[in-house]
Amino acid sequence: MSPKIPLTTPRSSAVFDDYTLSEIRRAAATGIYDIRGGGAKRRVPHFDDLLFLGASVSRYPLEGYREKCSTTVTLGTRFAKKPIELKIPITIAGMSFGALSANAKEALGRGASIAGTSTTTGDGGMTPEERGQSKTLVYQYLPSRYGMNPDDLRKADAIEIVVGQGAKPGGGGMLLGQKISDRVAEMRNLPKGIDQRSACRHPDWTGPDDLEIKILELREITGWEKPIYIKVGGTRPYYDVALAVKAGADVIVLDGMQGGTAATQEVFIEHVGLPTLACIRPAVQALQDLGMHRKVQLIVSGGIRNGADVAKALALGADAVSIGIAALAALGDNDPALEAEYEKLGTRAGCYDDWHEGRDPAGITTQDPELSKRLDPVRAGRRLANYLKVMTLEVQTIARAAGHNNIHNLEPEDLCALTIEAAAMARVPLAGTAWIPGVTGAGGF
Amino acid sequence: MQQLIGELMRTYDLAQSPLRELNEELHRQKDGSNEAQWEVLNPRGGHAIAVGVDAPINIDVRGSVGYYCAGMNKKATVTVHGSAGPGVAENMMSGKVVIKGDASQYAGATGHGGLLVIEGNASSRCGISMKGIDIVVKGNIGHMSAFMAQSGHLVVLGDAGDALGDSIYEAQLFVRGKVKSLGADCIEKEMRPEHHEALTKLLEGAGITDAKPSEFRRYGSARKLYNFNIDNADAY
Repeated sequence: MSPKIPLTTPRSSAVFDDYTLSEIRRAAATGIYDIRGGGAKRRVPHFDDLLFLGASVSRYPLEGYREKCSTTVTLGTRFAKKPIELKIPITIAGMSFGALSANAKEALGRGASIAGTSTTTGDGGMTPEERGQSKTLVYQYLPSRYGMNPDDLRKADAIEIVVGQGAKPGGGGMLLGQKISDRVAEMRNLPKGIDQRSACRHPDWTGPDDLEIKILELREITGWEKPIYIKVGGTRPYYDVALAVKAGADVIVLDGMQGGTAATQEVFIEHVGLPTLACIRPAVQALQDLGMHRKVQLIVSGGIRNGADVAKALALGADAVSIGIAALAALGDNDPALEAEYEKLGTRAGCYDDWHEGRDPAGITTQDPELSKRLDPVRAGRRLANYLKVMTLEVQTIARAAGHNNIHNLEPEDLCALTIEAAAMARVPLAGTAWIPGVTGAGGF
Repeated sequence: MQQLIGELMRTYDLAQSPLRELNEELHRQKDGSNEAQWEVLNPRGGHAIAVGVDAPINIDVRGSVGYYCAGMNKKATVTVHGSAGPGVAENMMSGKVVIKGDASQYAGATGHGGLLVIEGNASSRCGISMKGIDIVVKGNIGHMSAFMAQSGHLVVLGDAGDALGDSIYEAQLFVRGKVKSLGADCIEKEMRPEHHEALTKLLEGAGITDAKPSEFRRYGSARKLYNFNIDNADAY
């Protein structure tokens, strides 16, 4: 009898991991790239890689429940006659009616209004439900101009010219035929059931010089009342922000690669654009070099989940942040209570991202009337308001612990980084050192 | 400076008064206004002239204009007695805009309604992403015109440049002259009686009497790219 040869343990490849192999099989079977919603899922340097230092002997803190810590923010102070005043610096990002159900849009408006912040339209125009329930509504001006009309423009409280977004900087939008209901088709002036592409460039301007004239037109049409935002994806933030300022923006919205989309190619989401953390300091630097920091407000978005993320973004120089995916989760998206239904769709709660297919069991990313009914806009709006309030309290907790009576007084000196990468991107010292890679030498404090 | 000439015509001189005042005055005009006739002097290529008007008034601009003249127009009739820069009548909702000279890029871009008449030539991307507007060009149009055009009509008495109607949806294109090339998913289509009828009305509306519908060819969507199919990937 020959001796038994020991078997090695089956070993999966770090390069050809389970997901990678499943994607190869999927591509081979279908012949089409994978489309999904959401933002980058890969691990990239993020706010988790930063820590606040807190106060001690060298700085003294403020009392948590007694001493005031202001959270208000004013957006659009540069040129607009009617800047926007928000109670909290956390806004709701642009998401379209079409991508989301009318109930979901209404819930976003309700939640934002209770919490004292703004919500934003999306590709597809403004719905009466959304305008009616949103105290402060930002109207997105997009390349597709679906549903775009001067009456809605005048009803808005601010106008956001969308140049790009973090999930797909340089790419346009896509709303697949499954989600084109009669109402969506009518608002967008397209036949029902066809795939709707949203252009990646605006149809009537190219470059910052044209953009300056486009902004003039929008201001003239709306009597110079409304703040004009420019939204860009995180690509070359120093130059993009500088050019947006030059073009005349009141507010700049900067969206990193973790920022969500309703639908685009997986390869685009995961491989194009910068992490949010890498965008903020170059953007702030551009504003500072132009003498416009705090005069042109900066809103940062892409992967904001809690008060710590908000506080870190503010400390790095943002004036406010914006949330999308987190807001949908607060409404009820990807809730484990719906696990059985997610399994039927071949996924799990927390992983569901085929938003373009319109079969969302939570009734949020769908146009199916039966599924949409599952979302109660009043209760969902309340959940969003609660979540926004929690985040605000968390920011205040951190700001007070760092000795600030206004959350906008948070500064890079309040932070350190856990990794060399995060230290270099956020331009704050590696924890326990005075080293900011690319900025300072390794010695001394 | 504003002058009242008689009871009907108001003249506004942009050499003497700022654009803001002109647009503000025009925005004050509502349906039933008795100030129905406006004349704008010395536009000198200025941008955003007579944008966002929402009243059935007549505005004659005496000279050439820059970007976005009559942008988002509703109800008004705007006549430019000169040439127009990029994006004339962009996103027009209703009313009528007439350019006596030539128009630059993106004329009538994303327009939802109304009639745009260009008596000279129009440059590239005329009618890009149009959503219901009717555009009549007496001369030629440049490349990539009616790109992603969703609905409405584009009538060209002269020739069309490269890639006409690329990725077109349901807009209808009528060209009397030569078409250098058609864009992806745009094909020539039969001129049926209803198209002759529609074209007759469009020509009448534009005040054109020396062109017959029978001289035109119709172009529109092959509808092959409406839903993504990997076997059509070469078309993108």
